[in-house]
Amino acid sequence: MRRAVISAALAALLAAGVATAARAQDETPKLPRERWSFSGPFGALDLAAAQRGFQVYNDVCAACHSMNLLHYRDLSGIGLTEEQIKAVAASKTYDIIGDDGQPTTRPGTPADVFKAPYPNEKAAAASFGGSYPPDQSVLVNAREGGPDYIYAILTGYTDPPPGFKLAEGLYYNEYFPGHQIHMPQPLHDDQVTYADGTKATVDQMSHDLTTFLYWTANPEEVQRKQIGWRMVLFFGMMAGLTYAWKRQMWSGLH
Amino acid sequence: MIGLHKSTMKNPVIRWIDSRMPIFSMMQNEYGAFPTPRNFNYFWNFGALAMVMLMIMIITGVLLAMNYTPRADLAFDSVQRIMRDVNYGWMIRYIHQNGGSMFFIVVYIHIFRGLYYGSYKYPRELLWMTGVILLLVMMATAFMGYVLPWGQMSYWGATVITNLFSAIPLVGQSIVTWLWGGFSVDNPTLQRFFSLHYLLPFIIVGVVFLHVVALHITGSNNPLGIEPKGPQDTIPFHPYYTIKDSFGLCVFLTLYAAIVFFAPNYLGDPNNFIPANPLQTPADIVPEWYFLPFYAILRSVPDKLGGVVLMFGSILVLFVIPWLDTSPVRSARFRPLYRPFIFVLVASVIVLGMVGAHHPEGIWVILGRVGTAYYFLHFLVIMPLFGVIERPLPLPESISRPVLRPPGAGGGPLPGGATAKPMDKA
Amino acid sequence: MAETSAATVAMHGEPDTGKRDFLQLVTVAGAAIAVGAIAWPLLDYMNPSKDVLALSSVEQDLTPIAEGSGITVMWRGKPIFVRHRTPTEIKEAQDTPLSQLIEPQPDSERVKAGHAQWIVLIGICTHLGCIPLGNKPTDPRGDYGGWFCPCHGSQYDTSGRVRHGPAPLNLFVPPYAFSSDTKIKIG
Repeated sequence: MRRAVISAALAALLAAGVATAARAQDETPKLPRERWSFSGPFGALDLAAAQRGFQVYNDVCAACHSMNLLHYRDLSGIGLTEEQIKAVAASKTYDIIGDDGQPTTRPGTPADVFKAPYPNEKAAAASFGGSYPPDQSVLVNAREGGPDYIYAILTGYTDPPPGFKLAEGLYYNEYFPGHQIHMPQPLHDDQVTYADGTKATVDQMSHDLTTFLYWTANPEEVQRKQIGWRMVLFFGMMAGLTYAWKRQMWSGLH
Repeated sequence: MIGLHKSTMKNPVIRWIDSRMPIFSMMQNEYGAFPTPRNFNYFWNFGALAMVMLMIMIITGVLLAMNYTPRADLAFDSVQRIMRDVNYGWMIRYIHQNGGSMFFIVVYIHIFRGLYYGSYKYPRELLWMTGVILLLVMMATAFMGYVLPWGQMSYWGATVITNLFSAIPLVGQSIVTWLWGGFSVDNPTLQRFFSLHYLLPFIIVGVVFLHVVALHITGSNNPLGIEPKGPQDTIPFHPYYTIKDSFGLCVFLTLYAAIVFFAPNYLGDPNNFIPANPLQTPADIVPEWYFLPFYAILRSVPDKLGGVVLMFGSILVLFVIPWLDTSPVRSARFRPLYRPFIFVLVASVIVLGMVGAHHPEGIWVILGRVGTAYYFLHFLVIMPLFGVIERPLPLPESISRPVLRPPGAGGGPLPGGATAKPMDKA
Repeated sequence: MAETSAATVAMHGEPDTGKRDFLQLVTVAGAAIAVGAIAWPLLDYMNPSKDVLALSSVEQDLTPIAEGSGITVMWRGKPIFVRHRTPTEIKEAQDTPLSQLIEPQPDSERVKAGHAQWIVLIGICTHLGCIPLGNKPTDPRGDYGGWFCPCHGSQYDTSGRVRHGPAPLNLFVPPYAFSSDTKIKIG
C-alpha cells in the first residue's frame, strides 16, 4: 500500500514536475501575483468586473483585436440581459450578399460572431507593420502565467532603462519576453467612462479587462468548479464506503 | 443435445442464451470464480484501472467525434465550439484530454509493477509482450490525438516527430512524404491522423483481449513471485477483488475528477491555444509529459539517426526483457542486490522526463546522456548480470504459509530474516 | 487459512447483520446515483447545442413582400412560405364551405387575427414531402389559386388547404407571432 502510494506520487511528480519545467525560461521578471475572483477551487466570477472588462474590450481593444470564438448571445454568461445583448449586436454592421447578389450590410444579431476589426489576419497584420494583434478569445490560456501575465503586460509599460536599445516602432514593456512589444500602451487613466461609475484607472481597467478575458477563454469555469466539488466529494465518499465494504468482506480471510 | 454447452445458470432466459453462447458461464469462470492469489497488493489494481480508462476514452472520444471537424482550417474552431456551444462539451473534452494523461499514469505504474515483481518472467513472456504492444499502440494513438486540436504544439510536435523518419537511410524522405500525404504536415496529415486515432483504440481493445487471455492461461503473478500451490493460496476474483478494485477505482476517480474540474489545463501547454501557424515556430517544442523521457533519449545523441534508433530502441528493448533477466527469482523483494537499481531506473526515467522539458543545453545535456546511458545499462547489462551474480533471499514456502521455519527447527540453514507479508492488510 | 472455503465465500460473506446490509445498500445506491448522474451529461451532449438553438427562431421583415406575391424563408431546415394575399384571395379562402375541404379547417384558424392578408405555411407537401410551387405570381398555382405540387399533382388553395390529392392534409402552419405589424418571428 505504502509502495503504491509512493509510486503513484512519483508518477504524479513526473507529470507535475515536468509540466512545470516545460515552461520556457527567460530573463523577464517574475509576474506580479494578482488576486482574481476566479482563482482557486472556490473561484467564482466577479460579474461586475467582467462587464466593465467587456466595456473596455468593446471601447478600446476591439479596434484592433478580434474575438472570433464568441457570439453576442454568449454575453449572458457575464450577466447581460437579452435587451442589452441585442443592443450590442445591433450596434455592429455585417457584410452580407443581398438577395440581388450584390454586397450589402445588415445590423448584427445575438447569433452573430463578435465583429472583427479586420476582414482577415493579413489585413490586421498589415496595419501594424506585419505584427498581427492576436485574437483574444483564448489569449489568457495561450500565455504562460495566464491572467497574471495579461495584467502584467497591460500595466507593465514603462520607460526603457538607460542604455536599452529600443527598435523603431516597438515599445518597452517590463514583462513582455524581450521587453519590446508591438502594441503601444493600450490603456490610459479615464480612457473609458464605466457605466457603473467606477473610476477607470489603468490598474482598474487592466484588472477588469483581464477578468473579462479570463471569462472569454474559460466561460464554463464557475459551473465546472461547482460540479467539481460535487464529483470530488462524491467519489471521496464512495471511496470511504467501498473501503469499509472491502475491509468487512476481507475480514473473514484470516 | 448436439454441441450445446451444459449451462449451470439458474435463470431460464440466461440459461437459454448461455447454452447456445456461453458468455455468462465464461464471465462466471474468468471473473467470478477465477482463482486469484490472495496476497495482491494495491499495485494489482492498475490493470483494471487501465481497462476503465480505455472505456472512458472510447466513450468520450466517440462523443467528441460527433462534433469535431478534421480539416486544417476548421479543426481548432470545432474544438472551441465543443467547449462553448455543445451541452457539457467542455466536460467531455476535458475528461478526454486529461484521460490521456491518467491512462499513461495508470499504465506506467502497471509496467513498474511488472518490472518490480518479475511478472514478465516465465511463463508470462507473451503477457508481457502483448503489454509492450499495447504501450506502443497507446503512444501512437496519443501522439495522433494531440495533433487533432491543430494548435501550435499539435502542428509543430507532429512536424518534429514525423520528420524523424527522414533519418532512415535511402527511403527516409519518401516515407515522410508518404506519412504526410504531402510536402509538410498539412490537411491530408490531419485527416488521416483523425481516421487512425479513431481506429487504433479498437485495435487496443483487441490486444487487451489477447493480453487477458494470456493472463488467464498462466494466472496472475503476486508480490512474492511464487506460484500458488493450491486453493489455500487463492481466493475467487469475485467478490474479493471486485470490491478491492472498486475501492481503488473510487480513489482514482477522485484524483481524476480533481484534475478535470480544478486544473484541466495544468498538464497541457499554453501554446496549444494558439491556432497552428506553419510560419511561426514556438520557442519550445515540447511533447506531452508522458513522452518526455523518450524525447530526452532522442535528443541525447547528436546524430539524428542515432537518436531515432535509441528512442525506438528504448521501447523495443522492453520486448526482450523476459530473456535479458537471468534471475531465477521473480519478485524484487527477494533480490537484495537488484532491488535498489529498479528505483534508480525510476529515478533516471523521471530525470529524463525533466531533461525532455528543457532546452538541450548546459546541465540538461549531461543529465540526458547519463539518464539514457543508465536506462540502457539497466536492461542490457544489469538485468543479465545481476541475475547471475546475485544471491537472492530465501523464498517463502508458499503464499499462504510465508513464514519461514525458524532456524534449528528441523530444516536447512535458513536465516530467520525476510518474512513476506502474507496478504494485504490495508 | 483452510476454513476459507469456496462455500462460505459463495454466500457473499458471513451471516447478515444490519450494519453490513446498510453499508452495502448505501454503497450500491451511491453507485446507482453515479451512473445516473454521469448518464445525463452524456445524453444531453447530443441535444441541440447552443448555436443550433440560437438559430431556432427566425425574424422576417414583411415589407418587401408585394401583394399577391410570396417568399420562401428557411426555418429549422424547412422552407416556410410567407404570402401576402390579395383581398380576392382572402375572400376565396374565407368563403369556402367546409364540406368541400378534404381536411376541413376554416381560414380564420390558419391566420393571425387582424393579419388575414398574411399566410405563413410550412412549404412541404403533406403527401410525400416535395416543395410545392406557387410563391411567385408566374408559378403554376393549381386550380385553387394557392400552390401546386409538381411531384404528384396535389393542389392547395389560398389558405394552404389541400383541395386535390393525393396529399391527405393541409399545409402545416408553423408557430409564429407578429412582433410588429411588419415583422413576424417564426419559432
